[in-house]
Amino acid sequence: MRGGPAGSPIYGVAAEFEDAARLLDALHELRRRGYQRLDACTPFPVHGLQEALGLRRSPLGWAALAAGLAGASGALLLQWWTGSVAYPLVIGGKPFFALEVSVPVAFELAVLLASFAAVGGMLALNGLPRLYHPSLRHSRFGRASDDRFLLIIESDGPQFQPERALEALRSLGGRQAEVLEE
Amino acid sequence: MATVSSSTESALVLGRPSLAEVTRTVAGIVERRTPRAWWAAFALTGSLTLVLLAMLGYLVTTGIGVWGNNSPVGWAFDITNFVFWIGIGHAGTLISAILYLFRQRWRTSINRFAEAMTLFAVACAAIFPMFHVGRPWRAYWLFPAPNAWLDLWPNFRSPLIWDVFAVSTYGTVSLLFWYVGLIPDLATLRDRAQSRARQVIYGVLSLGWRGSARHWNHYEMAYLLLAGLSTPLVLSVHSIVSFDFAVSLLPGWHTTIFPPYFVAGAIFSGFAMVVTLMVVARQAFGLQHLVTMKHLENMNKVMLATGLIVGYAYGVEFFIAWYSGNPYERFAFVNRALGPYSWAYWIMVGANVLAPQCFWFRRLRTSVPAMFAISILVNIGMWFERFVIIVSSLHRDFLPSAWGMFRPTWVDLLTLAGSFGLFLTLFLLFVRFLPLISMSEVKGMMAAREGA
Amino acid sequence: MNGKQYWRSLGQRRESAEFRQWLEREFPEQASEWTGSRRTLLRLMAASFGLAGLTACRRPAERILPAGRGVEGYVPGRPLYYATIMTLSGLATGLLVETHEGRPTKIEGNPEHPSSRGAATAFAQAAILSLYDPDRSRSVLRQGRRSSWEELAGFLRSHFEAAGRGEGLWLVSSAIGSPSLARLKALLLEKHPRAHWIEYEPLGREQELEGSRLAFGRALQPQFRFDQAEVILSLDADFLGLDCLAPAWITAFARRRRVSSPSDGMNRLYVVETAYSLTGAMADHRRRARPSEIPALAQELARELGLAASLPVVQPGAPRSWAEAVARDLKRHRGRCLVLAGPRQPAAVHALAHWINHALGNVGRTVYYTEPAVRTQAERLHDLAAEAASGGLRTLVILGGNPAYNAPAELDFAALMRKASVSIHLGPEADETAALASWHVPEAHFLESWGDGRALDGTASIQQPLIEPLFGGKTAAELVALIAGYPRQRAYELAHEYWTAQWPKGDAERIWRRSLHDGVIPETAFPEIRPAPDVPRLRSLSAAPPPAGAELEVTFLPSASTYDGRFANNGWLQEAPEPVTKLTWDNAALISPATARRLGLQAGDLATLERAGRRIVMPVWIQPGHADGAVSLTLGYGRLRCGRVGRGVGHNAYPLRLSGAAPEAAALRLSKLGRKYPLAVTQEHHSMEGRPLVREATLEQFRRQPDVAARQGPKTEPFSLFREHAYTQGHQWGMAVDLNACIGCNACLLACQAENNIPIVGKQQVRRGREMHWIRLDRYYAGGEDDPQVVWQPVACQQCEMAPCETVCPVAATNHSPEGLNDMTYNRCIGTRYCANNCPYKVRRFNFLDYHKGLEEVQKMAYNPDVTVRMRGVMEKCTYCVQRIEEKKIQAKAEGRPLRDGEILTACQQTCPAEAIVFGDLNDPESRVSRLKRDPRNYSLLGELNTRPRTSYLLKLRNPNPEMESLESS
Repeated sequence: MRGGPAGSPIYGVAAEFEDAARLLDALHELRRRGYQRLDACTPFPVHGLQEALGLRRSPLGWAALAAGLAGASGALLLQWWTGSVAYPLVIGGKPFFALEVSVPVAFELAVLLASFAAVGGMLALNGLPRLYHPSLRHSRFGRASDDRFLLIIESDGPQFQPERALEALRSLGGRQAEVLEE
Repeated sequence: MATVSSSTESALVLGRPSLAEVTRTVAGIVERRTPRAWWAAFALTGSLTLVLLAMLGYLVTTGIGVWGNNSPVGWAFDITNFVFWIGIGHAGTLISAILYLFRQRWRTSINRFAEAMTLFAVACAAIFPMFHVGRPWRAYWLFPAPNAWLDLWPNFRSPLIWDVFAVSTYGTVSLLFWYVGLIPDLATLRDRAQSRARQVIYGVLSLGWRGSARHWNHYEMAYLLLAGLSTPLVLSVHSIVSFDFAVSLLPGWHTTIFPPYFVAGAIFSGFAMVVTLMVVARQAFGLQHLVTMKHLENMNKVMLATGLIVGYAYGVEFFIAWYSGNPYERFAFVNRALGPYSWAYWIMVGANVLAPQCFWFRRLRTSVPAMFAISILVNIGMWFERFVIIVSSLHRDFLPSAWGMFRPTWVDLLTLAGSFGLFLTLFLLFVRFLPLISMSEVKGMMAAREGA
Repeated sequence: MNGKQYWRSLGQRRESAEFRQWLEREFPEQASEWTGSRRTLLRLMAASFGLAGLTACRRPAERILPAGRGVEGYVPGRPLYYATIMTLSGLATGLLVETHEGRPTKIEGNPEHPSSRGAATAFAQAAILSLYDPDRSRSVLRQGRRSSWEELAGFLRSHFEAAGRGEGLWLVSSAIGSPSLARLKALLLEKHPRAHWIEYEPLGREQELEGSRLAFGRALQPQFRFDQAEVILSLDADFLGLDCLAPAWITAFARRRRVSSPSDGMNRLYVVETAYSLTGAMADHRRRARPSEIPALAQELARELGLAASLPVVQPGAPRSWAEAVARDLKRHRGRCLVLAGPRQPAAVHALAHWINHALGNVGRTVYYTEPAVRTQAERLHDLAAEAASGGLRTLVILGGNPAYNAPAELDFAALMRKASVSIHLGPEADETAALASWHVPEAHFLESWGDGRALDGTASIQQPLIEPLFGGKTAAELVALIAGYPRQRAYELAHEYWTAQWPKGDAERIWRRSLHDGVIPETAFPEIRPAPDVPRLRSLSAAPPPAGAELEVTFLPSASTYDGRFANNGWLQEAPEPVTKLTWDNAALISPATARRLGLQAGDLATLERAGRRIVMPVWIQPGHADGAVSLTLGYGRLRCGRVGRGVGHNAYPLRLSGAAPEAAALRLSKLGRKYPLAVTQEHHSMEGRPLVREATLEQFRRQPDVAARQGPKTEPFSLFREHAYTQGHQWGMAVDLNACIGCNACLLACQAENNIPIVGKQQVRRGREMHWIRLDRYYAGGEDDPQVVWQPVACQQCEMAPCETVCPVAATNHSPEGLNDMTYNRCIGTRYCANNCPYKVRRFNFLDYHKGLEEVQKMAYNPDVTVRMRGVMEKCTYCVQRIEEKKIQAKAEGRPLRDGEILTACQQTCPAEAIVFGDLNDPESRVSRLKRDPRNYSLLGELNTRPRTSYLLKLRNPNPEMESLESS
């Protein structure tokens, strides 16, 4: 990581854009110019942003599926084991284990674990919770959760140079282009 | 109020506010200093909540005998209230999940609100299964852990155990869903916070969210998954609650129609409660341009539809009872309509089947006073539906020698009132401290409109 | 006997000097010491152990002997059984009492005893509770202040020195059946020749003896052989209910109603009565009649039978044809029929009954005569009143009973008592009479005192105590001995001396021990007497014609709960529903639906009843099948000076009750008060709604199609979708209840309550529908409300093989034992009540509140140590007396033998006088229960639900007279 003007390691540079459309245009342009490590902070999920940044589809679905199956089979196992191995009781003259009566519990456990996987996975992949992030240093970051759109060029991209990056942002209509220190 | 424009989207947000305006309106409610009216309301509901606590204390120290329950009516207000509240708790997740999957844009301004209501309703509901047992200090035996003498387990054949799983799962998943939805808005509040305290609290609650494109990528997937999971869940919960009755052999309970009938009823009552509260809230906080007549009208339409399903169920029950040729079944239903509790039955029919018919007429469907009155009626009617199912079936079953009557005690009545106190108290806290409309989603919808 | 060794095991307790001195004392001054502390309990228990041994140092150890098994190798924790008797209105019934560590806990009938034959009545069952009643009086009272036996003794000695030959000395005792007491009575009257002694019972049977005097010229006791009678006509005699003098009557009657194959026969019962009694419910033909119509009907019958053609024709509404048909039926069964009249009937009716029996050749076969076991003389109370009026009454001694409460109203007994300068009252509680007496002496309970008694047929028994007097009570014999200045004073000595004197010197002690052990004294039954009817007198006699135009007649009934008021403080009895009305904790004025309509009354309306210038207030209850134009008043309620349980419960009817031949006939005025009174009934709905619950057929139908029971049920054969659990191994318990034998008495209900520590909940809880009885006696009316028939169905847990309650219990607190019992694990139950909701028989009982709260230690002594006392918030129900099953299984195992069929008796089965309940092993094809399950009459209640109940019922049969069908329909 190269040193910035202030000498301290920098995370990247960021500028604020008026609306989603301009943000997207800027992103496409930067990608064309060869910037790989780009990010944007937006107040709502902007349609087409994933494509513009070339992000892969989130793998959370698979996690949820796995957890769901685990939940269901775990529930069936629990009901079979407690009912016919651990403590078999004659109840209403019925069999010790039957699939029919085991369905509700199995279903509920499947849903529960799958949901945990989805949310837990989302937080994990997003590296949340965290209390600090360099992008917070941007003077207008607060507006990014309100009505402005922040474009960030991260420093670990190829041929990154703060000055040129700032220039690029300004040229694409970004205001308040600033260097973000780590 | 501005004129209602023609297209659906515009009807969902009036007067083309800017993104900042949306933020200001919604966040403003939380940031403004507490209005007097809020304190007044809070005092009222808070004291009702204390009444609830007092009643539960009396119950636990003295015994179920303080209620009117008896033999043969082993369940009465307790389980009636439980089913009632669980039912209320269905609208939220339904709106958030199912309407989300169906890409119903109009859900956006009401889903947060409805989800919160769901959580609070489930909280109220959870009280009753815990406290209706004779020995509440042993209620934890209901949970699937080896207890008492180490290797004793619950009886997984019992619908009550299914309830435990269904309700706790539903509560947990609804909470996750609601919270995940809140994260971006909490970040907004964090960024707008003036005082250090607010910065810290909202900062912690928002988990360091910064609206990064990568966040949104996983976030949207997670939200989609939760919606997908909640949809069958919300349908399963009331089905399983209905198993409490359907799985028994009691005439009037032992009915295969119960699962769909209960789910429809739950949505019905849930929407009624949303309308009741929403009508008040949008007036109180001046949200008319975000929660528009379009929203209310759509909800009224849903109420009309589910009301018809419920009415159909009432009818079919009688037909099947007659068609089955089972004398006990036949008696149970004749007794329902003409027996000592017929008054409750006809209140139910009047409020649940007749009242919603008003929504056929656009003028009533879009009249705030009308929908408010009808939604209240439906709330009452749905409580009585559960009362009728439980008490009128139990009080006269197989052996006439064992028949009896149930009369509520003052404790029964105050406990019910108290549960409303708790519900409303939680609600007041919610509208005071959290954004009651999902800003990010509304903005997203507006942006989409721009794009369109 | 090894009582002393046994005591040694309690040595450490013996060390306590305080305790020793407490035992030495004649009896403790409970009022001061009774703090109900744990220490007191220990003392009481120890005192009762004393019976087994300690008292040996004071009394001969042979004094009590366990029946059934010896004490050798006595194991603490294993119960002992002793034979004794309970005396009611002077008549003894034999009991077998279970004791735990010297603490009586359960009463059964004594199989050796002719009047009980192993059965025990509801009153006997409940006696345990009265024994431990903390409200019993606890010390001698003088003018209401605490005094002592010694002080009384001193006073009496001086007083009776003065009394000289007994001028102005009157004794009023309850009926005396006890030979030893009779002897003391004679001795006392010898010593005080001028003294008068009246035996008085509020429910005395003077009319019956008077009737025999009319018929035969001497007072004789008719003895009935119900098992010999094929046709029985009861003229207002509730001989299966409250007029029953021996449970053995019921057993004998029920045996003639066992029908297991179409070829079997069955007796036929005609009943004429005013109110609806248990006997009326069993009747094949019941005729409701106002009290005044019954003598007329008896007379009608006599004429039909060709007797007393001269008798004046009185037939108020009594259709000739009814009497005709009955007469013809009786004639067809000469020597195999029986006519009996009830104690409420005038002497003339009894005389006619005697005459008819004689004429039909029944005497010596279905009925025979002996000396009366008791002779009460209520009429002589008038002499007492006269003496009091003339100022001649000096000393009034009341030995038991409560005349100030229940003496005939016109006597104003209270005022009469005040006239006596000295009045001494002996009674179990400080009651209305005690309050007026100058001296009150606590009377010992029969389970804590020595004595003797005679059964109806004369058989004598020793009454041996099972525990030392808890509150230091005395017996009538002891008090009489004191008054008579008799050298020996102890109840034991008095009984022992009397009886050993009857026997040859050498054998006396052996016979005494044998009698204690068996509970009966050999060769003491009365010899049979063959009297000749005084026909001329009978011809001349005419049953009293009814008073002209009495628009409302009244009849007075004993109470199934308090009898004559004496059991008012017994919670078990108060809460036991009156069999027909199902009323608890109250009595009411019973009227017919038509009369109610005429007077514009509804059930629960308060009304004032006026008769001969006296008035009372009482709620009315509408009793289907009650005679129109008549009111039945239940006696024994409205006690004012009584324990906490019975005080002010119900309304007192005695103020309207006058003495005299047939007081019932005197007119009554009833007027609505315009206020309601809350009544607590345990059954609010009375019709079966056309459901096949109690299945009933006539004997004819059953003969034509033996499977009629099955035909009455649904045709569909239930099946399961899953593989059912097979109950094949080991014992498989089951029960069969013969609805044709069950007479609906509450004996099983109370036996169950005593055996299983079932709490009482009180009137308010009953009104809420929370009574705890494990066995319910369902009563249904069939037919129109004016004259319906009554059927009974005892319903306890049916022990379903596929129990709906088990499936729904979230914590598996109720599940099945390998022997097919539906077990209830109290300490696992969390009380969701889901099981009760899902029980189609609604036999599960929930502890809505802590019903065992605030009991005094002495009350806890009544608990059966083999059964858990259930806490608040848990479900409970019938267990088939699993504790009894286990006890017998262990015993059989210890003795290395298989269980014998009939060895295990459930509490309800053991006490049932009708032998209607049979319990046993279904895996043993030869067991009685297995055979009954193969009986064509056998069916399961709600079997169509596929619950597979282990309890099943046997079809109820009636045996109507074909000739009468037309009459019934008209």
